[in-house]
Amino acid sequence: MATASVSTAGVGTSEQYNYDIIRKFTIMTLIWGAIGMFVGVYIASELAFPFLNFDTPYITFGRLRPVHTSGVIFGFGGSALFATSYYVVQRTCQTRLFGGDGLANFTFWGWQAAIALSALGYMFGYTQAREYAEMVWPIDLLVLLVWVSYLAIYVGTLLNRKQPHIYVANWFYLAFILATALLHIFNNLQVPVKLFSLESYSLFSGTQDAMTQWWYGHNAVGFFLTAAFLGMMYYFVPKQAGRPVYSYRLSILHFWALIFLYMWAGAHHLHWTALPDWTGTLAATFSIMLLLPSWGGMINGIMTLSGAWDKLRTDPVIRFLIVALSFYGMSTFEGPMMSLKDVNALSHYTDWTVGHVHSGALGWVAMITFGSLYHMVPRLWNTPMYSVRLVNVHFWLATIGVLLYITAMWISGIMQGLMWRAFDDFGNLQYSFVESVAAAHPFYVMRAVGGIFFLTGMILMCYNMYKTIRQGSTAAHADLNVAAA
Amino acid sequence: MKHDNIERNLGILLVFTMLAISVGGMVEIIPLFFIKETVEKVDGVRPYTPLEQRGRDIYIREGCYLCHSQMIRPFRDEALRYGHYSLAAESKYDHPFQWGSKRTGPDLARVGGKYSNDWHTQHLTAPRSLVPQSVMPNYPWLAKNELKYDDIQDRMKALRRTGVPYSNSQAEYQRNVEEFGADVAKTLHIPDAEKNLVAQAQLGNYDTDPSNITEMDALVAYLQVLGTMVDFKKYDDDYFVKFR
Repeated sequence: MATASVSTAGVGTSEQYNYDIIRKFTIMTLIWGAIGMFVGVYIASELAFPFLNFDTPYITFGRLRPVHTSGVIFGFGGSALFATSYYVVQRTCQTRLFGGDGLANFTFWGWQAAIALSALGYMFGYTQAREYAEMVWPIDLLVLLVWVSYLAIYVGTLLNRKQPHIYVANWFYLAFILATALLHIFNNLQVPVKLFSLESYSLFSGTQDAMTQWWYGHNAVGFFLTAAFLGMMYYFVPKQAGRPVYSYRLSILHFWALIFLYMWAGAHHLHWTALPDWTGTLAATFSIMLLLPSWGGMINGIMTLSGAWDKLRTDPVIRFLIVALSFYGMSTFEGPMMSLKDVNALSHYTDWTVGHVHSGALGWVAMITFGSLYHMVPRLWNTPMYSVRLVNVHFWLATIGVLLYITAMWISGIMQGLMWRAFDDFGNLQYSFVESVAAAHPFYVMRAVGGIFFLTGMILMCYNMYKTIRQGSTAAHADLNVAAA
Repeated sequence: MKHDNIERNLGILLVFTMLAISVGGMVEIIPLFFIKETVEKVDGVRPYTPLEQRGRDIYIREGCYLCHSQMIRPFRDEALRYGHYSLAAESKYDHPFQWGSKRTGPDLARVGGKYSNDWHTQHLTAPRSLVPQSVMPNYPWLAKNELKYDDIQDRMKALRRTGVPYSNSQAEYQRNVEEFGADVAKTLHIPDAEKNLVAQAQLGNYDTDPSNITEMDALVAYLQVLGTMVDFKKYDDDYFVKFR
């Protein structure tokens, strides 16, 4: 039954649905991807070669880092989620977006303004200093407005559906929208310095503030970067593979388990801190349990390919999707392991965490997005991809890039953890802190090289998409139905 | 109930999803505001002076928390490297908290008093002139930028609204005298904020240039107070364990 809605949903032309909004978000996904990843490569290079800070306030590591994280998470990831969720919800419900073109356009311009303004703000020193929630309070309010509109569009469209069932991808997108609203509101409670000041002070302090922030921070990963992208997976993997979702039962089980368990896991970012032990222990317990629904999703995705495994050889889009799921499986194993207090004692504060995030963000989030866009763009512009060869090159550049990145961070992270706790024969600390900084240098270079690989792939994708869209626009009126199915 | 019903009914799906995503946060966050042991009872922790608070604002502006933690864990190596593990009480006036999540540079929770003002000024201006292997950016503008403090009272009022005991009336001032002593209470009085800020900057001479008050003055004043408020000699280590 899950497949019924998928197979019947593929018969629209661009007239039937609001594709214009999807095209806009798709283009911004590519642009923010290139910008966000470029800034990532730049700040990685700053850590390897600090002269790159050029004594210029606007481009120091501390100010550019949130530009990178917001650019890739909210710019690239967020635009990709808007684009794919609007595509999926219209096609699986067989109805146009609720609220008309105006409301959808508001979510587009509002979201893009929020990302662009916050990025500029960070460079000028306007930040809340909450990781992944650095946006200052007026932008928080703008994001809230956009998000409420997004929820209204989504719920309204689901209500107008022509199918009795709500397809599984929409459960995930819906949970992501609701959870993000909840997290955004409670993590941004604050008192502005005055009405016309961009600065503010958080309502909570110390321990309670830390817990709230990491409840937000971890679930930004859990819902923004996981649940929502699972929604993407549940539509695009079966479509591209031409196979039904492997197990309907598994999708039910892992959906409810995933959204329930994730919300408990945030405090594992605060092991051994001044947060009470009971909170961390609870979080670690739920983090371990989280392995099950995570792998449930991975298995459901990968096994969807059963009976069509040969496509891995011939279809680079499938390769993106399946490798994304493999990285998802790997990083959702690594995460629970790092949430164990004894492992965390070594890994916390080190580059290992950075590597872990990127195996999820590059390996899972970016790869599933690439695969989905390569599936979606030809259908949005009614034309085949300009070059399948370039898709293939992108795939290998991205894969090599991730592997270089996470290997470098594993080595430097574990090395830092071991150096910090090493004692000599007399019971003194064996290394000064800066010796661990110096030892990390070669791995910082290696990480930057990995980033350059990944960025090159991203730029190649932009070129390939540009050519595809150009060719689509010129051929647009020749035959609308060419690639519609 | 069959799952089929949930899939056919958006209302039920919405309600169940909201329930599922609300529980974890409620169980882990709300009790922290009510369980008394969450924040230790300890003498010495006070709100930041106006100058220190402005320094903290600059610490936030420059994104220092992205490379420096302010949270020492209860391990032997961290005790030797950084000092006594951090208490929850030590960040109870921190809006927002700055515990951090990454140590590209060392922890700063107890950096106060470890280095001289001269050292900090030189190090912030050109870190590699003192620590050749450092990867920290140079911050030459801190010593050049005059500190802006015309809105210091607004800042303290905003913090007061979040619960920081800055005093705005004589009654509140008296309460602070009782809790923190007269010397500290004076620095927390909002109407005297500018006067106090200037006095501390001139007396402390943090950026080693007495002619003006710069962002460097404020930032170094902040760094020099970090981790110094609690006198651990007064407490037996077992005392803190029971709060964990």
